[in-house]
Amino acid sequence: MQDSLKSSSYQQLEQKSKYTNIFLRWFLYFILILFASYFIFPLYVMVVTSLKTMEEIRQGTLLSWPSGLNLESWAVAWGGRGYGAGDTFLRPYFWNSIKMVVPAVFFSTFIGAMTGYVLTKWRFKGDQWVFLFLLFGCFIPFQAILLPMARTLGVLGISNSVVGLVLVHTVYGIPFTTLFFRNYYISVPTELVKAARIDGAGFFKIFFKILLPISAPIIVVTVIWQFTQIWNDFLFGSTFSFGEAAPIQVALNNMVLSSTSVKEYNVDMASAIIAGIPTLIVYVLAGKYFIRGLTSGAVKG
Amino acid sequence: MKTLKIEELSKNFGSTEVLKKINLEIDEGNFLVLLGPSGCGKSTLLNIIAGLETINEGDVFIDDYNVSKVEPKDRNIAMVFQSYALYPSMNVKENMIFGLKQAKTSKEKIQEQLEKVSKFLQVDQLLERKPSQLSGGQRQRVAIGRALVREPRIFLFDEPLSNLDAKLRVEMRREIKKLHQQLKTTVVYVTHDQTEAMSLGTNIAIMNHGVIQQNDTPEKIYNKPSNTFVADFIGSPSMNLIKGILKENSGDLLFTVSGSNLEIPIKDYDFKDKSNLNNKEVFFGIRPEHIFFKKFNESDFEINLRADLSEYIGHEQIMTFDYANQELLAKFPSTIKIDLGKETKLYFDLTQASLFDAQTEERI
Repeated sequence: MQDSLKSSSYQQLEQKSKYTNIFLRWFLYFILILFASYFIFPLYVMVVTSLKTMEEIRQGTLLSWPSGLNLESWAVAWGGRGYGAGDTFLRPYFWNSIKMVVPAVFFSTFIGAMTGYVLTKWRFKGDQWVFLFLLFGCFIPFQAILLPMARTLGVLGISNSVVGLVLVHTVYGIPFTTLFFRNYYISVPTELVKAARIDGAGFFKIFFKILLPISAPIIVVTVIWQFTQIWNDFLFGSTFSFGEAAPIQVALNNMVLSSTSVKEYNVDMASAIIAGIPTLIVYVLAGKYFIRGLTSGAVKG
Repeated sequence: MKTLKIEELSKNFGSTEVLKKINLEIDEGNFLVLLGPSGCGKSTLLNIIAGLETINEGDVFIDDYNVSKVEPKDRNIAMVFQSYALYPSMNVKENMIFGLKQAKTSKEKIQEQLEKVSKFLQVDQLLERKPSQLSGGQRQRVAIGRALVREPRIFLFDEPLSNLDAKLRVEMRREIKKLHQQLKTTVVYVTHDQTEAMSLGTNIAIMNHGVIQQNDTPEKIYNKPSNTFVADFIGSPSMNLIKGILKENSGDLLFTVSGSNLEIPIKDYDFKDKSNLNNKEVFFGIRPEHIFFKKFNESDFEINLRADLSEYIGHEQIMTFDYANQELLAKFPSTIKIDLGKETKLYFDLTQASLFDAQTEERI
């Protein structure tokens, strides 16, 4: 008697927990979909608007579907309308940004890897202080260094040039890249370095032959981080460059904010998407290397 | 000529003294094990021999040549690490020949060495594999192979078996022993495992707090420990150390246990110094395996003790007896039946006993 009572109450409990689970699952999906739409909504508006004509924008609503695949605003944003003065378009500035980003990412990543290597595998007296001061670089508000940096660039004769921007971004990238590489190399067994030293490899050989080949995951992380930072930077670009040497973000700002006539929302949206595409590409291409742990064979496993 | 000689070596990290005036010598072809608890300085000493650590005071000689300021690669040594430290981006072959390539060895010589060593260690089928594709034992072999191809004067091993599971550890231990028997290269081997040390070493240097406590053959270390630290460290369970006083009674020497009148006659004991023995406070040391349940020798000392505790571990059992309120452990075959709480007749093999000064804790 008691047993059957017990088993029926267990069945009830089972039923109840089944319903609770179903409810929670639906609630979870609801929340996820809500947030996903929240994030995708602006992108949707941008893409849709960039494909509309000005006529459509004025008459339709924000969310309405475009009448056709109208790429004219993209062409205008990239290459201009073709008439002389006052025609701002992104193409030259896009190349400015590429010329700035590629060397700046390369140098800051390379120097960060070197510094991280020294700070973990060639410890010296006071190395912790060096690391601490480098970390300060991560927390300094960049507005504070604008004036001294402008003076430095002036003295070096590279103000208002892509080279100047490469220098600025490299210098202010090093604290972050060093932090990344230091934290990565600290988990690489120091015995590897010892073994290589006994095998007769020197400082650079150990770095290039032993450590760098296993650094792919952290290189990817650093490159994505640095690329995003430098490509999206507006402060340094607008302060240390103007006119023809400006990077794309500054040009985008000039295009959108300084147009004297009617606001062309479709061109603005197309420009904004063009300015954002390279970072997206970097994420898509490099994202899959993010989680690869290549040192698994070095330690016991 | 000594293959390796260390003179008055001291090392400190900041204010902590890690090694204090170490003196050590190894003859050609010997297998020296540095044994000690963690933090005793044994790994630091090995790193100093390798040239990976700097020296504060003293010198290191290899073949009578002072190498204290010589780079690791020029010391003619090779090292095997605890984590194997195989270069993860290189395959087995590249790992093994990396050192030879650095030394600008000729291609033919490299190939010859690689073939010889990889056959010898049975890794010739694995040459194209990455370290991550190898098992623990294979990694261990490759790490040894990487050391072997360089044909060093001295092999340095830094706890090479600690990362292996118990069964593989015993196998690899035998392989290292075989390897040494075949190659007869001088070896310095660091471990905290006494079984490894005993089974591998031709000499064992036991270290504690940066000082070598005893440097001797395994037999001497086991039978004649030079102080209570060594007596306690070697053996499992460790040696019984019973506190008491030596008394001279009409020419005969007797050991009296503290707080009782239990006496053990000390005869034919090989004292270092026979003077001032009367009324000396000492530890009487006897290993659990030298206490028997049956009289084997005429000189065995007979005593009745109460059994308090029995630990069964399969092939044997460890019994704890009460000896005038001091614990006394004895090891018997597990087939012997001993009742707890009752007095049992035991026999001490006094030829195996040790005596230590209670103050200095040194062997007397």
